[in-house]
Amino acid sequence: MSKPKVAFFDFTCCEGCQIELTNFGDTNFLELLNHIDIVEFREAMTETSDHIDIAFIEGSFSREEDRKRLEKIRERAGVVIAYGACAVTGGINALKNDRPDYKQCVYGKDAEMPHLDSQIARPISDAIKVDFEVSGCPMDKYEFLDIVSHLLHGKTPVVPNYPVCVECKRNEQICRFDEGDYCLGMIAKAGCGAKCPADGIPCEACRGFIDSPNEAALKKVLMERGNMSEKWAEKKTKMFTANLRSDAKTLGV
Amino acid sequence: MKKDINIDVHHLTRVEGHGNIVVNVKNGTIEKCEWQVPEAPRFFEAMVRGRHYTEVQRITSRICGICSIGHTLAAVKAVEDACGIQITKQTEKLRRIIKHAENFDSHVLHIGVLVAPDLLGAPSVFPLVETHGEVVKIVLRLKRLGHEWGSLLAGRSTHPTTCVPGGFSKLPTKEDLISLKEKILAHVNDINALVEVVSSLASKIPAFDRPTEYMAVSNDIEYGMYAGNTVQTIMPDGTKQMYDVHDYKSITNEFMDPKSTSKWCKNKMDSYAAGALARFNNNYDQLYPQAKKIAEALGMKPVTCNPFLNSAAQLVECAHSVYETLDLIDELIAEGIKEESVVKPTKFGQGTSAVDVPRGILFHDYTFDNDGFCISGNCIIPTGQNHANIQKDFEALVPVLLEQNKTEEEMELALSMLVRAYDPCISCSTHYLKVKFVR
Repeated sequence: MSKPKVAFFDFTCCEGCQIELTNFGDTNFLELLNHIDIVEFREAMTETSDHIDIAFIEGSFSREEDRKRLEKIRERAGVVIAYGACAVTGGINALKNDRPDYKQCVYGKDAEMPHLDSQIARPISDAIKVDFEVSGCPMDKYEFLDIVSHLLHGKTPVVPNYPVCVECKRNEQICRFDEGDYCLGMIAKAGCGAKCPADGIPCEACRGFIDSPNEAALKKVLMERGNMSEKWAEKKTKMFTANLRSDAKTLGV
Repeated sequence: MKKDINIDVHHLTRVEGHGNIVVNVKNGTIEKCEWQVPEAPRFFEAMVRGRHYTEVQRITSRICGICSIGHTLAAVKAVEDACGIQITKQTEKLRRIIKHAENFDSHVLHIGVLVAPDLLGAPSVFPLVETHGEVVKIVLRLKRLGHEWGSLLAGRSTHPTTCVPGGFSKLPTKEDLISLKEKILAHVNDINALVEVVSSLASKIPAFDRPTEYMAVSNDIEYGMYAGNTVQTIMPDGTKQMYDVHDYKSITNEFMDPKSTSKWCKNKMDSYAAGALARFNNNYDQLYPQAKKIAEALGMKPVTCNPFLNSAAQLVECAHSVYETLDLIDELIAEGIKEESVVKPTKFGQGTSAVDVPRGILFHDYTFDNDGFCISGNCIIPTGQNHANIQKDFEALVPVLLEQNKTEEEMELALSMLVRAYDPCISCSTHYLKVKFVR
């Protein structure tokens, strides 16, 4: 079997997930190249390709003009994988979604210039069909390898749907609340290994919510055990999960 | 010879973010010569409004995946300025090490993956796996080193976790520092090999001088990267002037260019440059001897005005970062890592910072309300500052290339190489967006 043709694309994002791909070191990276053919990757190469077996898409869908580019990728690709929080949920970009004045705030009197045309930040799946997702901000490069490996072997990748708290307990990590901090681990989708609490900072749910998150209970815990003001607790989950909140529908997400 | 040239590079490859090159020459006369930036705008300054002072660096680090350490450091530094937080000496040393890690990491990626293909005549790094396998392996190993170097202290090299206002949420152990030192020392041969490869290709770097103003973080503590609150510019004649970082608006001077819709920056001249060459020109005396030796071998001394040599200045900085980090690690080990808790705010107000990230000087500025929530933010990004300088380089270089009777392909390559030399980080340049003219 010939090696599958793999391409990488980026939309509204920081390109940090593709940077993670350069961090494998020589052995792992060259081994990866033994199994896939990278045929298109604008940040790294000039070449392009008509046919793609697996397209990796990074970044949010935040401009109507990007829809065509996404549809073209979908037409050319057998499998489309959204990778990184921006592509999977809208990620940090969605933090602006409830602020109708975001253009004026940054660009002042130039806000209406045509090249600044930008809508709310949405997941790639709002524009085209996405087959698989690699969550996280940034995505975990080993999870990426795991998903590629599953696909190469004709298997469906399995992603956990339990909260980050489970991984913290497994790591025997002291709860952030017991350290006088706060945390979103109880409603955040696991799979990251609960790295942030281990590094002494709260989980910000960058991988998204578990199914049916109890947002009201989270707010209560943030206020009662995390000593957060109601104002802060109310908007806490807008950082990486603005599009997943129950109030997101009111913004047209 | 009167000729027609039409260059339209839509979404230049091997740069971070999206940029276009458009040059039209009709009958020997330049009709259009433009560097355009159609990157999707991201609105970070709007996003930080209303967020708590402890969240700001976690938001703004997401401006850029390559310089997320730099954005994190600039954010915590500005937040600390706004909140009256005095960090400890230990925190400053650890932050200087992670700043070096980022510069090394980013420079290796730029030199090895984005620039090397031009010098070796390949469209990308991937064909080089076959033709120059050893070089690719060295680059991948060094890239991995930069990543591990930053991750060990910052938690992650992309979007760091441990670096928070007031200090570190998790400190390295003495053993961590010893292992980092050993890791870096184990790569010295690779670093020397990379220097040799680039030196052997130096003749392929175009000769093109365009005197301009250079701006960088500058202070007595170190070769300007993280420390201090002062910024310096150096003019082509070597005249230097020091500025306080709180006056950043008066030295960046955003302005509208009549030929375009983008905001540009300038100080004393029509444009200024930021980045490795700007730091090299401003702070040469503070480079480590091992770094100066590489500069001498490449024939570089301040003031060097060839923008293509920015990549060479990055190589010089790689060596500087390695040797200063080794010294900082020795100091930290000798002093012993102290369990310090994060320093708390003493007030909430307005604060400003400047940090020199791989592509140049980065300014962050935040104002907080009495409860510690952000009222406004402003980030001025290196690539935004360099856009005007790139445009001025284009205007000077295109006539030279026409004079040399270069073909359209040769001109396109030279202009692409020029932009790549700046290592532009376009998704970062949140403010300075230019309209595209796709024909």
